[in-house]
Amino acid sequence: MIKHILAVGMASIALSGCSSLGAQPWERDILAKPEMQPVAAPVDTAFDDHIYFSKEASSGGAGFGGGGCGCN
Amino acid sequence: MQLKNKTRINGALASATCALLGVQNVAAAQTDDHSWKVDAALLYYSETDRVEATEPTIKAQKTFANDQKLNLNLVVDTLSGASPNGAAPTDVVQTFTRPSGNDSYTVQPGDIPLDDTFHDTRVQVGASWDAPINRLTRYNVGVNLSNEYDYTSMSVNGGLSRDFNKKNTNLSVGVSYAADTLSPEGDIPTPLASMAPAGSTQPRDASSENKDVADLVIGLTQVLTPRLLMQFNVGFSESSGYLNDPFKIVSIVDANGRPVDYIYESRPDSRSKQTLYWLTKYHLPFGDTLDFSYRYMTDDWGIDSHTLDFHYRWNINDTVYLQPHIRWYQQSEADFYRHSLSDSEPLPQEVSADYRLAEFDATTLGLKFGYLLGEGKEFSARLESYQQRGDNNPDDAIGVQKNYDMFPELDAVIFQVGYSFTF
Repeated sequence: MIKHILAVGMASIALSGCSSLGAQPWERDILAKPEMQPVAAPVDTAFDDHIYFSKEASSGGAGFGGGGCGCN
Repeated sequence: MQLKNKTRINGALASATCALLGVQNVAAAQTDDHSWKVDAALLYYSETDRVEATEPTIKAQKTFANDQKLNLNLVVDTLSGASPNGAAPTDVVQTFTRPSGNDSYTVQPGDIPLDDTFHDTRVQVGASWDAPINRLTRYNVGVNLSNEYDYTSMSVNGGLSRDFNKKNTNLSVGVSYAADTLSPEGDIPTPLASMAPAGSTQPRDASSENKDVADLVIGLTQVLTPRLLMQFNVGFSESSGYLNDPFKIVSIVDANGRPVDYIYESRPDSRSKQTLYWLTKYHLPFGDTLDFSYRYMTDDWGIDSHTLDFHYRWNINDTVYLQPHIRWYQQSEADFYRHSLSDSEPLPQEVSADYRLAEFDATTLGLKFGYLLGEGKEFSARLESYQQRGDNNPDDAIGVQKNYDMFPELDAVIFQVGYSFTF
């Protein structure tokens, strides 16, 4: 199921023509801002991953699953 | 100007990639010099009547010539307080043997049983290296070590990423392998064995057990417009070995809901997990930024979860921003989750009463304040509340259990201050 969703998602993006999307090299100033990075606040993200890993049954997604603790 | 922007977007996409690959320390180093960028922070986490934790952390990133990056991080985590032991509330005083086997503690009628002896200090160190192979391709490698009194984790990770379409598309793949060792106080309890009274011989298997976790994350980041980007990740995670929580027990109750026995939990010895993650980031024409992400997780324990996460960065002026945060999480229960067992049913092979494997919803509300001091310096503070709510009155509650809240509701406060600088 999950593989199918991914395949359809990736294929739609590929078919819609990634090459016509995006920004020209001279239009990159906004994309370069710290707040536009996928992980805009790495410290906050690391803390949150650790908290939610230890309190919920899910982890990872944006990156690896976290862990490395007993977290009883 | 163009050259500078190009350098910046290289950094941006590199950061995007590292994010995909689970490299935590990828604060987009916007500086073009080769100085160190340091993020220092202190987290205070407090649950009502339960666990309290204080965590200082420091991350440092050095960019070398040719855009090679070294990331180092250190976290120290001091934790103390009480945690639900898995047993169900009832109308009589309950006595439990502490994990050491030498002592016991009691819980009053109607209360959710909590083991109040948790205190631990965890130290985690990590290092990673992220560098270009050629103009469009980068690689990264990293290691992490985490050690606490009863738990050690060692992990290695690596990844590759490649840009396409004038660097508007990035494809990445990352792998991670972690080897963990548990050596709990009082040794490893025998799954499904009855808890023995304090001072007597305890049902124990070994002094330590191992767990391995292998992860694969494949990601696609696409710039859609000069102010809109999306990221799609798919993740696969395989855990094997000892996946129990050695401190969790399950109540076996009679027809009135009163305990006749407590047994140590027994989970499967493997878990396969898949995740889908979709992130959208948009920079509004008047200068604010919003991001929204959705994560779907499913595993072979029967747990499905949905996570929605939303941040809005309101840039009040060039130096001050406020950032509200809303997160909503929902999970279904594991196939083998039971709040308690009846003494009239056969003992299942797999059972856990750990509330983290139960069905519940969780909500996080938060606000972050940021103050940019120039030259890469930033002070920030955030305050968040986190709540978990589950089924307090399950249909299958037995006898007196119907009179009590059967889910250990969680209310926590998260407070964090941080300071970033370069030198």
